[in-house]
Amino acid sequence: MDDALAIHRLHFAFTVTFHYLFPQLTMGLALLLVIFKTLALRTEDEHYNRATRFWARIFGINFALGVVTGIPLEFQFGTNWAEFSRAAGGVIGQTLAMEGVFSFFLESSFLGLFLFGEKRLGPRWHWFAGFMVFLGSWISGYLIVATDAWMQHPVGYTLGPRGEILLADFWALLLNPWALWQYAHNMTGAVITACFVVAAVGAFYLLSGRYEPYGQTFLRVAVTVGAVATILQLFPTGDAQGQMVARHQPVTLAAMEGLFETQRGAPLVILGQPDVAKRRLDNPLVVPRVLSFLSYRRWAAEVQGLDHFPEQDWPDKIPLLYYSYHVMVGLGTMFIAVMLTAAVLLWRRKLYAFRPMLWVLMLCLPLPYIANTAGWITAEVGRQPWLIHRLLRTQSGVSPLVSAGNAWFTLIGFMGLYMVLGILFLFLVYREIELGPEPLTAAHAAMDAHD
Amino acid sequence: METVWYCLIAAMIAVYVLLDGFDLGAGIVHLVVAKSDAERRQVLRTIGSVWDGNEVWLLAAGGTLYFAFPALYASGFSGFYLPLMIVLWLLVFRGISIEFRNHVESPVWAPLWDAVFCFSSLLLAVFYGAALGNVVRGVPLDARGYFFEALWTDFRLGPETGILDWYTILVGLAAFFALAQHGALWLLVKTAGAVEERARRVARVVWWGVAALTVLVTWFTFRVQPQVPANLSGHRWGYVFPLLALAGLLAVRWFLERQSAAQNTAQTVAKNEGKAFLASCAYLLGMLASVVFGLYPYVLPARGNPAYALTVHNAKASDYGLRIGLVWWTIGMALVTAYFVFLYRHFAGKVVAGTDREGY
Repeated sequence: MDDALAIHRLHFAFTVTFHYLFPQLTMGLALLLVIFKTLALRTEDEHYNRATRFWARIFGINFALGVVTGIPLEFQFGTNWAEFSRAAGGVIGQTLAMEGVFSFFLESSFLGLFLFGEKRLGPRWHWFAGFMVFLGSWISGYLIVATDAWMQHPVGYTLGPRGEILLADFWALLLNPWALWQYAHNMTGAVITACFVVAAVGAFYLLSGRYEPYGQTFLRVAVTVGAVATILQLFPTGDAQGQMVARHQPVTLAAMEGLFETQRGAPLVILGQPDVAKRRLDNPLVVPRVLSFLSYRRWAAEVQGLDHFPEQDWPDKIPLLYYSYHVMVGLGTMFIAVMLTAAVLLWRRKLYAFRPMLWVLMLCLPLPYIANTAGWITAEVGRQPWLIHRLLRTQSGVSPLVSAGNAWFTLIGFMGLYMVLGILFLFLVYREIELGPEPLTAAHAAMDAHD
Repeated sequence: METVWYCLIAAMIAVYVLLDGFDLGAGIVHLVVAKSDAERRQVLRTIGSVWDGNEVWLLAAGGTLYFAFPALYASGFSGFYLPLMIVLWLLVFRGISIEFRNHVESPVWAPLWDAVFCFSSLLLAVFYGAALGNVVRGVPLDARGYFFEALWTDFRLGPETGILDWYTILVGLAAFFALAQHGALWLLVKTAGAVEERARRVARVVWWGVAALTVLVTWFTFRVQPQVPANLSGHRWGYVFPLLALAGLLAVRWFLERQSAAQNTAQTVAKNEGKAFLASCAYLLGMLASVVFGLYPYVLPARGNPAYALTVHNAKASDYGLRIGLVWWTIGMALVTAYFVFLYRHFAGKVVAGTDREGY
């Protein structure tokens, strides 16, 4: 059974990680699309409509992949995690069903109108369609985060006679304090991804001397929004999220930081490799007392180390958790530096011609994807060994009759399928970037025909 | 309260079958009714802006099932593990074939996705039918309420059944014909020109398959699942559901024949096309409602020990959850109805080959 458990975990980890590469851009880009379309509406400049259409085409490809890779996740709660579903479905099924009813219908209905109805809708209704797509994707994000937040910090439930978890307070589930901060942190992360993607394409155009007016527009919008988002990502959202973990999941905090021993004035670890067997951090590079301050706002506060907790309650993959967390924080710090530098250059009117900065912006493209993924790994691996924190252990949530062989079969199937999807995505998006925002092909010309 | 949710989820699944059914059906007949690139774009344009919204009904129904009957979700989804995963893969392939086909202009690219679109739609119809067949037939539930079925065993209704046996394959074929007919009738309404003509011919041929399989499946269902005749004889008003299906089936034929009767004005043809499609909706609705009525109170009947069966009573969530769910569900559905009316009105009217190249 151990074997099957590991494969079921890998199965979900693989499919959800691949899936989230797409929605993070969907949610962030939806906001930028609304900004582009608003600029088009206010300036009545066709330039911004073309910019909107260009990103809407990429949005469409990205959205399609988000949809097709998202459907398997809802199914997998039942297929691979049946005991979890039986125990908790009455609670988390609420938020999942609400996502379908309140968000997916909204997104799918208005996306078709936004992508293919510009001519018939007219500028104002077209803006409205774009706004509804944005709203739908952000509602969807909230309901999924609320689902995860309940697993991190269960609230609003009672236990039934057979140990099943019953919903007792709908609003507690929906307004879980964990969900509010996690959502804010997650959405700024999505906006950062979109800003880096839009900025990278803008930088690419300027560096290669093509579509330069568009490259400048992309950079201006992306760097302005990105500078704000990267700061919000650290403070207040990241900081508040960290304090939540310190208060409600202290053992997770200790594992994230590689803090094996309880101490007053605990240091913040910048570098160092955890050796779980020897209970120590190799070659640590630390900033003294900072962890205590960040967690409890007192320099001398005591932070509980792993030694304070029974080993069976430790997250079972401490090195993975430790590295994910450090990669996330390290990249997040770097994003602030990059975006603020670019913003200063933009303000001084030097950005468009300063090639080193353009190179940096272009090459940063994959990094926010890595940071967002690392952040989610931190959240999910940090919750271990619990599937629902302090209520249900991960090993007790798995489907009892689905064998390791069957789980391997479908995991390999998904890996092959997603490889094909990944190649198709890169091919199609690269093609759109090459075709550019100007109406070139017959299909694009037809889309612009009503100008 | 659980009976209310049983009916609401059944209604959501029925809406899914009616709506996604026509775009699945359009996929099944895609290669037959549309020959040239312009015609295939025409078929895709009739569903391009709505298929995704239609598919959301599956997700929303799944989510609703999850919170209202968590034990059923857990047992059914883990037991039907293999066919559900295959359905997921087919949905992935089908989704990208619709979305990506027109991104590249190439004699290699488009025909590939046309074929993927057709075969994934076809297999999905068969798998959905087989899934319904499995639920009606019942599954080998154990004392904990779990089971696991291989894709097939010996194709008999023995003690160890597979997903596919002669009965579920028969239901799968019935679904295939019913959705092919539904899709052809949709194209009849939504297209003009050569595609419309071919769709009419396809619908006329496929109808005989639907009629024959409806009789067969009904006949065998009464023998495979004794709860169905028991419910019908206990509550005679339940006969209205099979009668609705029968009336729908006959009406499809009636309106198809009226269309092909010579010398009709364009307006009456269009009217009859719309009525034929609605008749097909009535047929599908009648068939599904018959199943829903016939199985109650079972949501997953057990083969072997009937005490292990899942019913609306032992699979439901807490009463509080079901009550509060009803509040947001009603609000949500009112909004959804508004979106769909807006969407379908916006894309109303026939799609002609090769003219408007906006989008699909």
